[in-house]
Amino acid sequence: MVITAISPEARRAWEAAAAVPDPEVPCVTVADLGILRDVAIVDGVAVAKVTPTYSGCPATLAIEMAIEAALLGAGFVARIERVLSPAWTTDWISAEGREKLRAYGIAPPEETSGSKLALFGEVTVHCPRCNSTATERISEFGSTACKAQYRCTACFEPFDYFKCI
Amino acid sequence: MALFDAVLELADDHLVLGHRLSEWCGHAPMLEEDLALPNMALDLIGTARTLYDYAATLEGQGRTEDDMAYLRGEREYRNLLLCERPNEDFAQTMLRQLYFAAFMHPYWQAAADSADEVIRGVAGKAVKEMAYHIRHAGEWVIRLGDGTEESARRMTDAVEALHIYTGELFEEGSAEGVDALPSRAAVKPAWEAIIDHIFGQALLSRPVVQYPQTGGRRGLHGESLGHLLAEMQSVHRAHPGATW
Repeated sequence: MVITAISPEARRAWEAAAAVPDPEVPCVTVADLGILRDVAIVDGVAVAKVTPTYSGCPATLAIEMAIEAALLGAGFVARIERVLSPAWTTDWISAEGREKLRAYGIAPPEETSGSKLALFGEVTVHCPRCNSTATERISEFGSTACKAQYRCTACFEPFDYFKCI
Repeated sequence: MALFDAVLELADDHLVLGHRLSEWCGHAPMLEEDLALPNMALDLIGTARTLYDYAATLEGQGRTEDDMAYLRGEREYRNLLLCERPNEDFAQTMLRQLYFAAFMHPYWQAAADSADEVIRGVAGKAVKEMAYHIRHAGEWVIRLGDGTEESARRMTDAVEALHIYTGELFEEGSAEGVDALPSRAAVKPAWEAIIDHIFGQALLSRPVVQYPQTGGRRGLHGESLGHLLAEMQSVHRAHPGATW
């Protein structure tokens, strides 16, 4: 039997799992990023569906373990299911998550993932510090798989940009 | 077991090329590339892991992704010869990446409609990563091809060295008639269009290859694969069954 988010138990499980921070970008939670897809109570077990951001994201296992630990901590018997399809997209980052990223100094993705502009890297990125559009790309790749390196030519701050995929 | 063989071939391509890129870690000519190359390696190895896991499931003999990666010898590896080519210089590394990504991007696009759920999931994720690899490697091919006399010479040498391995990309091999996966031969026009687009800007010309080098799909590899596997597998083989 599957009880969806309507039941108080499932809601409590969701809240426990959703509060887990991303290990690489701890200002946002797994729910903000949209990588926690669903939490359901199935035959008394809290089943959390999680989707990886990038194929080789080294944080995937750590995230799954943290969610499992959070559910165990909330008193549930827990199981993690890794879901590949549909593939995660930056479109699933919530509006609140985007605001948290910006406040943390990471520019959130600018276009929707289907955008041709995003695919060819021709997007205008706003500086998370001064909001200027006078920014330039330093490198396609940053400190984690999901980020690129930019710099602002108005306030001269270098910053991370959360790539749009 | 045609699907098993075809999935294993794809997994081998990704692992071997991913391992090659990882060899640049700590050796790249600048910090940005020292981040970029292992990042791309992670994309490829991540895809390989999912594919090995799927191949092991299809086989149903209790093997795991680690068994597939660490406990097969070079004759059992079915990767493209292109993927095992040594890094040599930056021009060869970037051209090899462009050749591979320009094949995988349209391939995964075609696989997005597969009736096979795992393939669809892998494709949906990898297609975006391959677009990124094309862009990054393509920029370098253009920068070096249309650069200094020295960089242009090296890029031309890279085309000379690697183009003979590209014919193998389009061999159907064991994927012949496998419904879950796209035709490899059908990807050729899209691949050529991407290469021509970039070569046009890089002042390079796409050679016509009379006799392509093939054999990887049959387990017939160059000397360099054995060295790669020896390095990659030695720890696992020295400590059988160790987990962490």
